Amino acid sequence: MLCKLSIKNIGKSFKDYAIYFFTLILGVSIFYVFNAIESQTIMMNVTASKKNIIDLMTNMLSGVSVFVSCILGFLIIYASRFLIKRRNKEFGIYLTLGMSKQKMSFLLFFETFLIGIISLVIGLGVGIFLSQWMSILVVNLFEADMSSFHFIFSKSACLKTIIYFGIIYLIVMIFNTVMIGKYKLIDLLNARKKSEKIMVKNSFICLLVFVISISLLGYAYYMVTLGVEKTLDTAEKIFIPILLGIISTYGIFWSISGFLLKILSKAKRIYYKGLNCFTIRQISSKINTTVFSMSIICIMLFVTICVLSSSLSIKNSMTENLKTLTPVDIELIKARNLTEERTKKHYRYTFAMIEDSTLSLEETLEKFEINLEENFKDIVIYSIYRTNEVTLKNTLGEYYKEAKEKYLQMNYDTKEDIITISDYNKIANLFHLEPLSLKENEYILIADFDSFIPLREEGLKRNTNITINDKVYTPKYQKCINGFISISSNHINSGVFIVPDNAVDSSLLETETLLANYQKENVEEKIIELENHPYVNKTSLEAGTKKQIYESSVGLGALVTFIGLYLGIIFLISSAAILALKELSESTDNKERFQMLRKLGTEEKQIHKALFNQIAIFFLFPLLLAIIHSVFGIIFSNYILSTFGNDGLLPSIIMTSIFLLIIYGGYFLITYFCSKNILKER
Amino acid sequence: MEPILKIDKIEKYYGSRSSLTKALDNVSLEIENQEFVAIMGASGSGKTTLLNCISTIDKVTSGHIIMNGKDITKLKGNELNKFRRDELGFIFQDFNLLDTLTCYENIALALTIQNVKFKEIDNRVKEIAKKLGILEILKKYPYQISGGQKQRVASARAVITNPKLVLADEPTGALDSKSARQLLQVFEVLNQQLKTTILLITHDAFSASYANRVVFIKDGKVFHEIYKGSDTRKEFFDKIIDVVTLLGGDVSDAL
Repeated sequence: MLCKLSIKNIGKSFKDYAIYFFTLILGVSIFYVFNAIESQTIMMNVTASKKNIIDLMTNMLSGVSVFVSCILGFLIIYASRFLIKRRNKEFGIYLTLGMSKQKMSFLLFFETFLIGIISLVIGLGVGIFLSQWMSILVVNLFEADMSSFHFIFSKSACLKTIIYFGIIYLIVMIFNTVMIGKYKLIDLLNARKKSEKIMVKNSFICLLVFVISISLLGYAYYMVTLGVEKTLDTAEKIFIPILLGIISTYGIFWSISGFLLKILSKAKRIYYKGLNCFTIRQISSKINTTVFSMSIICIMLFVTICVLSSSLSIKNSMTENLKTLTPVDIELIKARNLTEERTKKHYRYTFAMIEDSTLSLEETLEKFEINLEENFKDIVIYSIYRTNEVTLKNTLGEYYKEAKEKYLQMNYDTKEDIITISDYNKIANLFHLEPLSLKENEYILIADFDSFIPLREEGLKRNTNITINDKVYTPKYQKCINGFISISSNHINSGVFIVPDNAVDSSLLETETLLANYQKENVEEKIIELENHPYVNKTSLEAGTKKQIYESSVGLGALVTFIGLYLGIIFLISSAAILALKELSESTDNKERFQMLRKLGTEEKQIHKALFNQIAIFFLFPLLLAIIHSVFGIIFSNYILSTFGNDGLLPSIIMTSIFLLIIYGGYFLITYFCSKNILKER
Repeated sequence: MEPILKIDKIEKYYGSRSSLTKALDNVSLEIENQEFVAIMGASGSGKTTLLNCISTIDKVTSGHIIMNGKDITKLKGNELNKFRRDELGFIFQDFNLLDTLTCYENIALALTIQNVKFKEIDNRVKEIAKKLGILEILKKYPYQISGGQKQRVASARAVITNPKLVLADEPTGALDSKSARQLLQVFEVLNQQLKTTILLITHDAFSASYANRVVFIKDGKVFHEIYKGSDTRKEFFDKIIDVVTLLGGDVSDAL
């Protein structure tokens, strides 16, 4: 009997449940899709370095999945509480008829169970379908080739989805039971009769709060953009603008309705036109009663926009950078002059390696039976020197004291890299950089790591001299020269000192590096093969190839994109769903109001317009603030991620807008049509 | 003089062929301009159905309702809304004020949906508020005022558009006796000073005694009607009670 009742309940209130169902199905399917990526990558032919990134990605995705399931869990609990509240009267009738609370709990339990099963089945179905499309994206992002189309079903992802959502539904059931236990009959029966008390906020206080919030927000914006170097000098301080942002967001939502209402009601010609005053009042009362959720939604949307656009732009710019940053095929680095003292610090150096470090790079290669001329062309071998006399502290000169207070976390005793001018010009020639020249007593600093350059230039501006072997050198330029000496995926050269050839001697030699292009295609495989050579454990020789960097960069880009997409979509769904549920749950109250308008003789067209405006503004309001937040958020994240460059920003913003439009806009339309439907019933 | 409302043999059936309920059975009625008519009947007698048919909220099964020379049973869709908006005023038992709006805005709403200019809205709202003695509460919200005040606000909203006919459905139903008397006096003012035609639906003899004419409905048919004529309200009330007693089994309901 109870089961029959609950099945009928679900059928009856399907319209109310539509958004809930839709959200559940979307949640389940997205959860499945992202967890199924692992099994999709297994099918692809990828190299070892990509394999590593893929492993990293699947690990991260499953970590993120836990977080995502928490968010979905909260969303589902929130949504189900909403739906129960709507049915207060129904429960009241059950209680008056003498149904025990246990039985009512069972009724709800069974309903949740049914909804859970149905949404899981449909959601998994949709997920399996969607993941076939996802596999195309996966192949694309990893730039792998898939010879034929496979239908992929991931058993583990399926199982994981069932377990995670099973747990969520279980928690929902427990929550429902607790809620039922707290019910009092009188409240249930009178729930509908209570007329809403409108909290009329003092408009002066509203204005005050609004102005304070705006100024706080303005300061937070200033902190992350123009004033970023002054105000955010240590990593911990990043919490200040975040906190300010949250507080001011809450403040704005708290104050804006009272404040705007005051202004709008003064514009009497507009206010008293058609249903305007009704719509404005509806919205203001809704915003007034949902300050907290509005703030949460706004912040979630902000995170969504930032995460989506940054992750997509990172991926784009990463691949862009590679062309200029890896002008040669291979780089081999080998430590020289290793001593026992250094062995203590770095455990990875064995005695064999110390012995090997007395050999030159060519000699070591000979041990590997690699002939330079046969395998490589455009060869440049350069040496890096280091000395205790040239450390970050020394090169900053007088600025050191200030810098130490400002950048606490920096290690100021690190020895700086030094190379000779003739070595550098050889590299510059190979890398298509401008050649440089030096006088006897001059040095030049080259760097391309944007975040580090300002600090370096403080030292150069003060004409800080450096001393090597008792000889003093002054800076030729008072700024850093753009350049780099090794291949990498990003602009990460934080500074290399170029000195005259006779300034350094072999006693300061630290490492030797070879840059070259391959003679033939198969050299890459030969180099990888060296991993199995017996001499490999006896040397500190390390190889970095263009291909490796390219692949890991592509993989990293894909990883960031996937995680960004995953989190972004889930956040977007959650916020849109909360808004939609709020709006729909109030549609019964609204129904009476709109019915009233009909009796007064309002035209249907006017009613629909009022409804549309009401829902549209309710949806747009948090989005608008979130977009304003995001403009500054994206500027800041670009500053943080400046190593990646920001060439791909526009396409990624367009992509983000498309996502927003589809998901958020979709929820908006569903809400509008559902409410219209509810209002239609007479 | 042409009657403002002419109800011509209307019938309203509910249910299917097998279990037919005749809510209205061949009802005919005429209401003259500036008349104050009360329709009395016990619950289930069909008076609310009659009101719904007149107000075009419900459709008649057969017959015609002619208002101001127009057959309103033939109206469709937006014509219906327009008719209600321009020709009718409503007062309901449960006030039906919008709780999100102030009293002023509630009254103004009836005019804003007719796209009247604000200047005129303001004048008319203040004018009617003065006449109904609610000038001081215009800035308040419905939850801040008493039931009697609410009903007066609702009355103001009903008459502000100068409707041909004001329909009042058990307006005193949710009021205490003092507020009820005050409201009925307001109705008298509306009828005598503002020349409003009022159709009052009630099951309360006291309310009905404020009207010029009382029509009794029983089981969907017009049972009887009496005119106040030159009687005092007290005498008219006694006459109404006599008829109610005649109505039989529903006495307790009617009182």
